Amino acid sequence: MAEQSNLLALDVNDLSKKYEERFAVSHASFAIPLGTICGFVGPNGAGKTTTIRMLLGLINPTTGSGHVLSEEISKPQNYLPRVGAMIEGPAFYPALSGSENLKVLATIGGFPLDRVQPLLEKVGLGDRSKSKYKTYSLGMKQRLGIAAALLPNPKLLILDEPTNGLDPAGIQEIRALLRQLADEGVSVFVSSHLLSEIEMISDYLVILREGKVVFSGKTEDLLSAHKPIIVVKTERSADLSRLAQIISQNKFESKLINDELHISAPISAAASINKLAFENQIVISVLNPIKPTLEETFFEMTGSPNA
Amino acid sequence: MLKVIRAELRKLRRPSLSLSTILTVIGTSSLVTSLLFLLIDSPQGNAREGQRISREILQLPSGVVVGFNNSATLLGVVALCIFAAQTAQEYTYGTLRNLLVRQPSRMKILFGKLAAMKIFAIVMVIFSAIVSIGLSYALAPTAKVSTALWTNSDGRLAIQQGLLNVLISTIGFGLFGMILGLLFRSPISSISIGVIWILIIEGLLSAVVKNIDKYFPGQLLSVVAVGGTEKISYKYALFGSYSILLLGLVLVAFLFKRRDVAN
Repeated sequence: MAEQSNLLALDVNDLSKKYEERFAVSHASFAIPLGTICGFVGPNGAGKTTTIRMLLGLINPTTGSGHVLSEEISKPQNYLPRVGAMIEGPAFYPALSGSENLKVLATIGGFPLDRVQPLLEKVGLGDRSKSKYKTYSLGMKQRLGIAAALLPNPKLLILDEPTNGLDPAGIQEIRALLRQLADEGVSVFVSSHLLSEIEMISDYLVILREGKVVFSGKTEDLLSAHKPIIVVKTERSADLSRLAQIISQNKFESKLINDELHISAPISAAASINKLAFENQIVISVLNPIKPTLEETFFEMTGSPNA
Repeated sequence: MLKVIRAELRKLRRPSLSLSTILTVIGTSSLVTSLLFLLIDSPQGNAREGQRISREILQLPSGVVVGFNNSATLLGVVALCIFAAQTAQEYTYGTLRNLLVRQPSRMKILFGKLAAMKIFAIVMVIFSAIVSIGLSYALAPTAKVSTALWTNSDGRLAIQQGLLNVLISTIGFGLFGMILGLLFRSPISSISIGVIWILIIEGLLSAVVKNIDKYFPGQLLSVVAVGGTEKISYKYALFGSYSILLLGLVLVAFLFKRRDVAN
């Protein structure tokens, strides 16, 4: 058991936070292996930030326990020197420069000050390091927050909405940076509203809804648990309903949507669908297998239109 | 805790804060000291609340620090504002969470900040002393005040005592500001409540209710700064003011340790 826990970046058991009569986080349990990028998603108010704050020792849980890098969350001093974090957006002193802000945090954490400039360059702020924080754009502030999180050379990086305010190029850079860090062995726990981003970078997923964990596990497991769809168009639209009948006789479910037939079937069934159509003199013009996206799966699980 | 002190000093030494504080201290000390000497013969008085400090008193060895001692309450108000703002802004900027992620011991953060601000207050008071004492020497001939006794051993002792008393008083005012900052978690609220309390409410209540000033931290700290008065002894003022502040500090330290950092 101890050996297994050593392989985990995060291990949360029955963790709850109750404010008066409302549970912000309710009996959450999940485990994230070391060296993975884990996406942490849920609608607004689902309890993501509260969970992150509990993991960082900023909020005392009402019940439950947890381990970060195999250390109990009740003793944050044992693991925080190895954890980098950005919580609920960047927060710095407006009158200090980006460089000075990082030096304050480096000093308090006991990290070498000569890490500051290379980190600022790594996040693309090298030439603005002497500018006051209050003059930074939202994207620059976000980059400074990521640089601050990287100060301790972390084994675990916890980022809350790191791509907020970044332009597409910036988002791509952050995605590449997180992938690079994961390849170097850093575990990343990242919450985001951008489900397409999370889908692209995450090996693991934790989905929260109303404070409860509705899924935790490998991203591929989540996506493969939901049936893909094969979209079919025929050369003559009149053939579509005939094809639907043939499909149903072969125990596939299908739905006519506009001039397309959406067949719920594994992607491997595309060839047999094509063969069936050919045998019945139906000419297929489009045969497009579509995997469900994280966004579709997310909405299905959370029942919420806004991520 | 040394790391916290060094980090806090890094913030305090920024030019916008340190220069504005030095200018405020120079202005305050210069104003109080100048009025003391330039209005020496004025029937309206030359000190706080229309008091008259005569030429004979200023010629005593302790006369060298009268201007400096009289600046103490205003220096205290400056310290109150700085301590309150530096503490409360961690909440309004949301930077407290960064500090706590890098140093999870909340008591180290609290007392490290306090120690750094004390160092800042010491520099501020020393600056004020230099300006005020220098100005006293410069203005003494104009006001026909003899400085002969200022330079003897009693004069030097008076400077040392005056510096220590003003320092204790200024740090006390700062501590009061820090308590308010932790309690209200907003620089504007804590500074306005602190300044209104010290400069207006305490004064008004002291004028209306007999002997109530013996229980007010601001009044007691002002007495500490001048080394005691006929009405309130130095020892009572020192013990009384710091007992109140210690009680307040224990309360806010408990709150600081227990409160969730949710903003």
